[in-house]
Amino acid sequence: MRHFSRWRLIARTAALFSVGLAIGLSFVFLAGESPWHVLKIMARSACGSPYDFGMTLFYATPLLFTGLSVSIAFRGGLFNIGAEGQLVMGALAAAIAGAALAPLPESLHWVAPWLGGVAAFTAGALWGWIPGVLKAYRGAHEVIVTMMLNFVAAALASYFVLYHFKNPNSQNPETAPVPEFFRLKPFAVFMDAPVTWALPIAIIACGLVLWFFARTRKGFEISVLGASPSAARYAGISEKRVVPWLMAVSGGVAGLVGLAEVMGNAGKFKLGFSPDYGFLGIAVALVARNHPIGILFSAFLFGGLQKGASDLDLETEKVSRELSVLLQAVLILAISAQGFSLRGRKRGASLSSPDPSAPGDSKEAPIA
Amino acid sequence: MSAFWISFLESTLRVSAPLVLAALGGLLSERSGVITISLEGFMLFGAFFATATALATGSHVLGFAAGGLAGAVIGALFGLATQSLRANQIVAGTAFNLFAFGFTPFLCKIFYASSAGTPSLTINGSAWVPVGVAAVAAAFVHFALQRSRPGLWIRVGGEKPAALHAAGVSVRAVRVGAASAAGFLAGLGGASLSVYLSSSFAKGMTSGRGFMALAAMVFGAWRPIPTALACLLFGFSDALQVRLQGVLLGGAPVPVQFIQMIPYLVTVVILAGFVGQSRAPAALGDESVVE
Repeated sequence: MRHFSRWRLIARTAALFSVGLAIGLSFVFLAGESPWHVLKIMARSACGSPYDFGMTLFYATPLLFTGLSVSIAFRGGLFNIGAEGQLVMGALAAAIAGAALAPLPESLHWVAPWLGGVAAFTAGALWGWIPGVLKAYRGAHEVIVTMMLNFVAAALASYFVLYHFKNPNSQNPETAPVPEFFRLKPFAVFMDAPVTWALPIAIIACGLVLWFFARTRKGFEISVLGASPSAARYAGISEKRVVPWLMAVSGGVAGLVGLAEVMGNAGKFKLGFSPDYGFLGIAVALVARNHPIGILFSAFLFGGLQKGASDLDLETEKVSRELSVLLQAVLILAISAQGFSLRGRKRGASLSSPDPSAPGDSKEAPIA
Repeated sequence: MSAFWISFLESTLRVSAPLVLAALGGLLSERSGVITISLEGFMLFGAFFATATALATGSHVLGFAAGGLAGAVIGALFGLATQSLRANQIVAGTAFNLFAFGFTPFLCKIFYASSAGTPSLTINGSAWVPVGVAAVAAAFVHFALQRSRPGLWIRVGGEKPAALHAAGVSVRAVRVGAASAAGFLAGLGGASLSVYLSSSFAKGMTSGRGFMALAAMVFGAWRPIPTALACLLFGFSDALQVRLQGVLLGGAPVPVQFIQMIPYLVTVVILAGFVGQSRAPAALGDESVVE
């Protein structure tokens, strides 16, 4: 029974996915290019060579973190649309930790990347914890609070970068490079593509989340809270206790993007480095139906779309790389549409049927 | 000094106008019960189609109107996605934002051979046009919500949709209509940005103003006049921040970022109920199907 419905869910997702892809490619057709031709370019550009494939993995890594982050919050019925701000705080903290650890004696160099990871996680976690607390104790809706904190994080990052850690050798708004021993080494297999230890760490994080929700008591409590707040209340699961740290963990995982970007890719914090990884994380989690294994696939897919579209400007006349954003949007819409779903299918917390505030089930209502 | 302040207040009014329009739109659709985080996308749509039309016709007024219309269409699609396809409102909102963010440069590339934006407009309308329109819109939305029948439907749709259904009015139609109106107003907001304030369309040019409008709407407690005033406050801090950039205070540059973040922090504080009250419509985000 369980397997039957799971396969049906996967089949349905795949079907809706194809519909979305078809709609997306019809835009290519309307633009006057051959969709087949564009698809071929995208496939080649996404995985035509070890380098291209590495770039796909590189784009997928932050999406793994943000997708996982969104899905963690969503298991508890919370919408974390603040992954963007959390990852900015995480990356900023990683860059600051890098600057602070520069005088470390050589015998302790091995410890620096670990401290960087802890800093990134902690900063992201703090940025997630704030809306969690305001939600649990003041009833402030997490959607608006996280959205506002995205702006605050962007302003804070701009302040620290421009006033305290500015790279003296660059005109760009970025911090000075972190020391070499602070950085994660890229894998040589992918030529020059910056695929670093951030990727295995992201995959391990997916595994941990899978284990946490499947095997632990806390994970179960969160799932109950997400599926039915009133059932959770009867079972003695305290929203006040769970929500703040759930949001903190969600934010912390988003903060780990700092690992991939600051310690892996750039070696410094560049203002505005994220092309909305936080919002794309919502899409990644949605396509994966919040399942950690699914997130591995969907993050890879979205990474492939992003890398695949990157050559379109050069190789076609009418189609630009923004096609990937367009395709992602249409895919999200297709997959989130439930209008033609089979009635009665309602799995606890799936992104497309969230019921965090079923009428009369929750005291607070302010939503943006 | 006084000339400085006058020009400062003028620029406050001008940068506030797009916010007021978008926030009023968001207000209509949220009062009907639809969470509308896609204002940003609606604005981008309006901004692009307004510029494209103004470029084609040579008339900024036609461009402005086209921005509103394009917004109304995309708003209606958003309404249908949430009400008929029953997509989650926040997910659909995110998708519409992404869609506009990708689609507008995509069109730029097709029509103007560059995905960075459109060529510049040679015609120039007065930046006071959107200010006037925004003021009229605020008064109109205020009275329409309180005194007109559709206004009543919208309010009931957001507070107790079942009552609306019992009265024989389609909840779905009211909400799709309200979302379309939201798109229209936000589209006008985007159009004022591209046609009147910067005379071209650039990729992602709204840079968060849709979310800012949403914040102002929460700040204004989902009521038209307070929302418009909140937009003025947000516009004020925006203008102040621009003015103080590079200004030295006691030998050091003013950290304008802290001015920039004040409106958002205040919104959070208000939302958390520490100061004042901001109550959302009771059925906001409601996904029940009444049929």
